[in-house]
Amino acid sequence: MARKEYAFYPGCSSQKGASASNYLTSVHSMCNTLDIKMTEIPDWNCCGASVSYAESGELPRIAMNARNFALAETNLPGQDIVATCAACWLGSRESKERLEHNSGLMADTQAALKEAGLQIKVIPEVRHMVEVLIEDLGYDELKKPIKKPLNGMKFAGYVGCQTNRPFGIAGESFENPMYLDKLIETMGGEAVPYDQKVTCCGGALAFSEPEKAQAQIKDIIEAAYDGGAEMLVTPCPLCQANTEVYQGQINKKYGTKFNMPVLYYSQLMTLAYGGTAKEAGLKGQVIRAPKLEQFAG
Amino acid sequence: MSDLNQQMAAKYQNNFLREIEEQAEMGEWVKMCMQCGLCSGSCPTNFHAGWDHPPQELFMMIRAGKRDEVLKSNSMWMCTSCYNCYVRCPRKVPVTHVMHGLAEYAYRIGQSPKNQPTQHLSKTFWDNATKTGRVNEVKLTQSLYFKDGIGSGIKKAMEMQAVALGLVKAGRLNPLEAVGIAHKCKDIKGIHAMLAKANELEAQHKAEKAKA
Amino acid sequence: MAETKTAAYICKGCDIDKRVDVAALVKTATKSGKMNLVREHDFLCSAAGVAMIQNDIDNEGVTHAALCACSRRAKTEAFNFPNTAISRGNLREGVIWIRPDTDAARETTQEMAEDYVRMACAEVKAMTVPGGNPNTGTVKTLLVVGGGMSGMTSALEASKAGYKVVLVEKTGALGGWAAKLYRRVPTREPFKAPEDNGVTDLVARIEADSNIKVYLSATIAKTDGAPGRFKVEIAIESGAVANEDIGAIIQATGFTLYDANKLPELGYGKSPNVVDQAGLEALAIAAAAAGRPICRPSDGQPVNKVVFVQCAGQRDSSGTHLPYCSGFCCNTSIKQAMYFKDSNPDIDTVVLFTDLRTPGNGEDFYRAAQNKGVIFSKGVVSDVSAAGNACSVKFKDLILNEEVNTQADLVVLATGMVPTSGPDLDQLSEANRVAEGGDPAAKQHVVELMSKSVLNLTYRQGPDVPQFKHGFNDSHFICFPYETRRTAMYNAGPVRRPMDIAQSQEDATGAAMKAIQAMENAGLGRAAHPRAGDLSFPTVRLEGCTQCKRCTVECPFGAIDEDEKRFPLFNESRCRRCGTCMGACPVRVISFENYSVNTVGSQIKSVEVPDEFSEKPRILILACENDAYPALDMAGMNRHEYDPFVRVIPIRCLGSVNTIWITDALNGGYDGVMLMGCKHGEEYQCHFVKGSELGRYRLSKVGDTLKGMNLETERVMDLEVAITDMATLPQKINDYAALIKSFPPSPFKGF
Repeated sequence: MARKEYAFYPGCSSQKGASASNYLTSVHSMCNTLDIKMTEIPDWNCCGASVSYAESGELPRIAMNARNFALAETNLPGQDIVATCAACWLGSRESKERLEHNSGLMADTQAALKEAGLQIKVIPEVRHMVEVLIEDLGYDELKKPIKKPLNGMKFAGYVGCQTNRPFGIAGESFENPMYLDKLIETMGGEAVPYDQKVTCCGGALAFSEPEKAQAQIKDIIEAAYDGGAEMLVTPCPLCQANTEVYQGQINKKYGTKFNMPVLYYSQLMTLAYGGTAKEAGLKGQVIRAPKLEQFAG
Repeated sequence: MSDLNQQMAAKYQNNFLREIEEQAEMGEWVKMCMQCGLCSGSCPTNFHAGWDHPPQELFMMIRAGKRDEVLKSNSMWMCTSCYNCYVRCPRKVPVTHVMHGLAEYAYRIGQSPKNQPTQHLSKTFWDNATKTGRVNEVKLTQSLYFKDGIGSGIKKAMEMQAVALGLVKAGRLNPLEAVGIAHKCKDIKGIHAMLAKANELEAQHKAEKAKA
Repeated sequence: MAETKTAAYICKGCDIDKRVDVAALVKTATKSGKMNLVREHDFLCSAAGVAMIQNDIDNEGVTHAALCACSRRAKTEAFNFPNTAISRGNLREGVIWIRPDTDAARETTQEMAEDYVRMACAEVKAMTVPGGNPNTGTVKTLLVVGGGMSGMTSALEASKAGYKVVLVEKTGALGGWAAKLYRRVPTREPFKAPEDNGVTDLVARIEADSNIKVYLSATIAKTDGAPGRFKVEIAIESGAVANEDIGAIIQATGFTLYDANKLPELGYGKSPNVVDQAGLEALAIAAAAAGRPICRPSDGQPVNKVVFVQCAGQRDSSGTHLPYCSGFCCNTSIKQAMYFKDSNPDIDTVVLFTDLRTPGNGEDFYRAAQNKGVIFSKGVVSDVSAAGNACSVKFKDLILNEEVNTQADLVVLATGMVPTSGPDLDQLSEANRVAEGGDPAAKQHVVELMSKSVLNLTYRQGPDVPQFKHGFNDSHFICFPYETRRTAMYNAGPVRRPMDIAQSQEDATGAAMKAIQAMENAGLGRAAHPRAGDLSFPTVRLEGCTQCKRCTVECPFGAIDEDEKRFPLFNESRCRRCGTCMGACPVRVISFENYSVNTVGSQIKSVEVPDEFSEKPRILILACENDAYPALDMAGMNRHEYDPFVRVIPIRCLGSVNTIWITDALNGGYDGVMLMGCKHGEEYQCHFVKGSELGRYRLSKVGDTLKGMNLETERVMDLEVAITDMATLPQKINDYAALIKSFPPSPFKGF
């Protein structure tokens, strides 16, 4: 038996062949090393993300999340739900809080779930992968399996929004959370100081308001370069995608020469634990990270 | 839709604040704003293009009964859901949610701006996600870039070609999803039944409030 | 009195003996200090050390002891020898802690220590043991003027502490403004709804209290005497006069609302539907009595919309109205809006404000009002006009940046507080000066001003306590609230600054405690704050007095009157022992037993001034004992080093500095003189209120003296020091020392 078991909620972007598939790959590698068993919630569905607000309404959105709770509770009793995606985590946690504090909403939700043959008894804890790492294992435990510390590499830890606000990681400040820097340093890398650690990447507005979102992304990448970073590291699929895939467009528009790889913390950890480039999902980088590929050998 | 708008306007007469309190998600928080402006100063979009009305101003406009201006405003559609305002508000007003709630209400009664891109994204996203229970990223992208008709859709698609190609090459965008080999839930029927019920209940509650 | 026998004690503890040559200090005390007896001790403040001193006092006849150990602020309990004159040489905080422990520094450190021994010896020889004020008064009855919430609270608190109280109220009933409130702002959890005003309960407690004697419809006709022995005449409306012996006084005369008639642009006087906050309370009380909702005064119809105008005639920068914020009125408007909302949530209540100020639990109250649906709009009202039974309110919406017109059935103006503080003493003295010319109008002006007097003091410096800003009574706002500039007279409540009921009651309790202390000290012949317990008092050598009146004019506490021969007449019980009179006296005939021109002057002269070739300048620092000296001590505790050429003498206040000390120092070959005193002026921190200001005024004339001596004017420097400056002060001393070293040595060395 693994030392920890969780009900895994990967979310739409972290499926095979989806935009954060490299996240999924590296999370699996990392969890293997750490002896963490992640069992997918059977037939999980989309959380609705924050951007669906106009069409969804409160109850349908919460019902979607409640369906995942019911499936997890039924099939993986006693296990915390663990999301890797910031939006999935936020959507689920927000739903859990509202359901637990509003009996009317709970009753309506149960009525809707009933239509799908489901029911909520107890809502499991909803946690982010990062919480599992630093709260259930701790930095010291994370350090133990390191085979190849990331010495001499400079990363800008980009926390972004939804793993930081409104819930955030316990004990961290909203304005300057330190956990990502600590994770980087635990892996032997250097976390550079820069001033856009929690700036918004534009989120879903990267689709609908590309100019505005790209202006924000530009600020983030620029600050990371100014801080001396070689790579950006993030815990959020949308942050990762937005800061990585638009660099080319930003270069065209602003005449910049951005070419900064954007990694997930799980990729760094996989590499530090001695994983291969494949295990770390390095092939999934739109902007390749040659330094890390070389490091992985 | 405009029927609904007229109904609401008639029901609440000049009390727009009450209308928002009863009809918009988290609208009951509007009265608690103390006009410090921290939300406005914390909004990331503010720095680049700005909006017609920062949240603080929207709150004030609601209290001042500026119904049309508020509902037709573009501002709440600029929200990136970054939750900066939410965590900083000294009055603990869930500003992000209030913005979403206002947008949703304006949209529901047909008063939101036409051809608003984020509104379109919101609808497209939700429809896409609920159709099979999971998001189909290729179809989502397609429907977004072809939203203004084929002409501008192609132009945007061209612009985005490099982006999409990069993702495809990196194995993070599966072109096959466009032709139906996509991720989806097994119990799609159950999901649809559940959502139908949820929609029905929600509409019912809002109508009850409007009648009371 | 027994024969004088002097002794010096050198402490070796706290590493003093490791840093300086104690044997040499013993020699210094013997030879140049000329002490009859000199002893050293390993640990002077220990029981054994103290016993050694006590034994010398008891059995060797020691009457004057110079304790050369630590700062005079340290070990005060151990070194307490009541009937012996004691001086302190500060070898620890003043020498070894502010100097580096290096071979290079050893010589100058030793010189510094020897000088401090000399200074302690010189000082103690110039001192006598204070005998205590002989003119004590032992009356322990407190007079409270004003029967509002503050006054009633002071009276009850003093009574609870076991003191008799005379409570004088000018109207026919107790309760003041609070009695006119329908409800008051909440005082307890959850701070969500208005509360009963609480007056009935307080009045009942006063009436049931045998310690408290109440005079209604009465005013103070005359207050004569001094702390512990005031003779007060109380004029009663009936024409009767009552006489009371009083120990201390609390003035709790409160406020009036700013006159809304001065705000015609806000519609007051033009429509009965525009009221001030008191007006609304009256409407609410009338409505409650009639069992109906609050109605429109113009036609008695129900109110559907009410607008509250905050800061009406307040926070005005144009000079027309009140310049300040009264602090209570935001909460009051919130409360009044709740009168409407609680009776009928459909009544539209709008509060127009620029900055809503609801400190502390007022925030909960504010939130509660928002929850009840009171609308708060950030806006500035420019015009209120009446149209029939409605009012039209024109305001600029500061958030939406637009001019708005709104209709209301009722408009409430938050007009703020004007203190009932009596005449302004400066104005009165000017009026008196003009009236001396015989002009009848000027005489009438004096009469009018005097008619406002609250206390009718017979003091030379005027009939009431001095005011500070905007007509509020001075009450040492930074450090010591309630303290007025008249000993044993305290302010409580809105007479000293704008405040609400809760704050006033807290104030009133504090003032009662201070007044009790003052009465007790007066009975024992001791000083009140800040030299509480000091038994010294000023004496004047009348044969030398030139009747220049500087002491009587300058005394910050009105302690000195003039007798019929126009000589100064000291009222020791009123005196705070700051020494401003001593500093002011041009002929130096005023002194305290333990603090005089000579106790400081002899220290200055005792310092050994090296010759002009030594490259060892001497800088005298006269440091105020209240802030600067403790700051220097703390610099020592933190081991912040400073220049070894300074010699520090604590003084009671910058106001006590007699310019002879400065000229003596310069004539004696000192290269510079640095004065350290508290901030003065609008935000003064002087413990004696006016002392540092008066001292600085005197110092401003020293420049001429320096020019006369052909010296650089920078050789005398005035530095403003607060107790918090301990970290920066050493640098300032060093900078000044560097400046002095850039000048040639004083030409007066060796004379």
